[in-house]
Amino acid sequence: MIAFNEIWELTLEHVSMVLISVGIASAVGVALGVLLTRRAGLRRWVLGFAGLMQTVPSLALFGFLIPIPLIGGIGRRTAILALVLYALLPVLRNTLAGILGVDQAVRESAVAMGMTGRQILWEVELPLASRTILAGIRVATVTTIGTATIAAYIGGGGLGVLISRGLASVDSAQILAGAIPAACIALLAEGGLGWAERKLSPV
Amino acid sequence: MSAVVEFRNVSYRIGAKQILSNLNLSVEQGQTLVLLGRSGSGKTTALRMVNGLVQPTEGQVLVEGKPTSEWDLIRLRRRSGYVIQDVGLFPHFTVARNIGLVPRLEGWAPDAIEQRVRELLVMLELPPEQFLNRYPRELSGGQRQRVGVARALAANQQALLFDEPFGALDPVTRHEIQQQFLRISRTLGKTSLFVTHDPREAMLLATHIALLREGRLDVLEEPANFLRAAGEEAQAFRACLG
Repeated sequence: MIAFNEIWELTLEHVSMVLISVGIASAVGVALGVLLTRRAGLRRWVLGFAGLMQTVPSLALFGFLIPIPLIGGIGRRTAILALVLYALLPVLRNTLAGILGVDQAVRESAVAMGMTGRQILWEVELPLASRTILAGIRVATVTTIGTATIAAYIGGGGLGVLISRGLASVDSAQILAGAIPAACIALLAEGGLGWAERKLSPV
Repeated sequence: MSAVVEFRNVSYRIGAKQILSNLNLSVEQGQTLVLLGRSGSGKTTALRMVNGLVQPTEGQVLVEGKPTSEWDLIRLRRRSGYVIQDVGLFPHFTVARNIGLVPRLEGWAPDAIEQRVRELLVMLELPPEQFLNRYPRELSGGQRQRVGVARALAANQQALLFDEPFGALDPVTRHEIQQQFLRISRTLGKTSLFVTHDPREAMLLATHIALLREGRLDVLEEPANFLRAAGEEAQAFRACLG
């Protein structure tokens, strides 16, 4: 028998793990993305690293992190770190694409009007890139909701606990008790963030 | 009269490519200097030096007597209006916010900005009630260009810089805007530098025409004298006048 309050608690744990990871990845990804629009030389290296992180199979990435001192180990913190590494690329890539995609004539006239670099960033580049950046955050969120189910294997908790227990005991009810809420959260996130994207869109 | 803008022995090179060679020019208060030339003659580069978007590799560009290299570039740019062919209005700003941009950056009071924006819209024959809250995408090409001109005038800029601003407009709209430009630059006594490759536009708008050829000043004349100027390049441009 599956207790509903266990599903509920694990769902909350799952959601909070996703929110923290995506929150960190968004902050770091946008900041790094802005930095990279100003440092073309660094772009290749950072994007390469973020891309590499995405190619590592998720279960393996969790495994790799366990033996690393200070940041690794068993538990929720390691899981969040791995999820951040996964979520970083879509945010970073979209921030770069969004800002570099700002119409050259708009950027040039912003400079020629005497706007400072900071004013151009906050009043022109970020607002015009916001839709693309938010799309990156949406992709990051939806994939993180799925990937976070694997966190259970390194003691990270969340809905993956039900799935891994169900797999171990060949109990499809348990598997579904973990998988269905995870899928529902992903759909909600997709819909909600998609709506915000259309709402926030400046043009 | 003192020169508002002066080019002193200005050259500009990118690697081995010479874009401008030893350019000497001055533009006085109230004049409209048209930089005329073929594509690649260096006229846009020369214009972009006036607000410090480009710094000369040799020589100096002086604005109000001070070399652009010594100006605080932010200050210099807020004192010069800039209008380009693609307009470059901010797509996420309304017409009112676009026009009021430099006054706001300069810290004007909100009602002073609003009054100024209305004044400019009236001057450019765009009824404020209709246009204040529109976005650039809701304007025609000609309207967008007029908003661009209003933005360049908003903070009482001293020098106005135009880079083929009317090049992409249909002939009728272009003619209307050119007439408006003439009226405004005469009544306001603004000093303008105007880049174009169209000799008709040059003849119509200029108080002085500077013909550039491969980065060198080929002819510098008032329009009436330009019609008699010697040299093949002047001849070639005159041939387009029909």
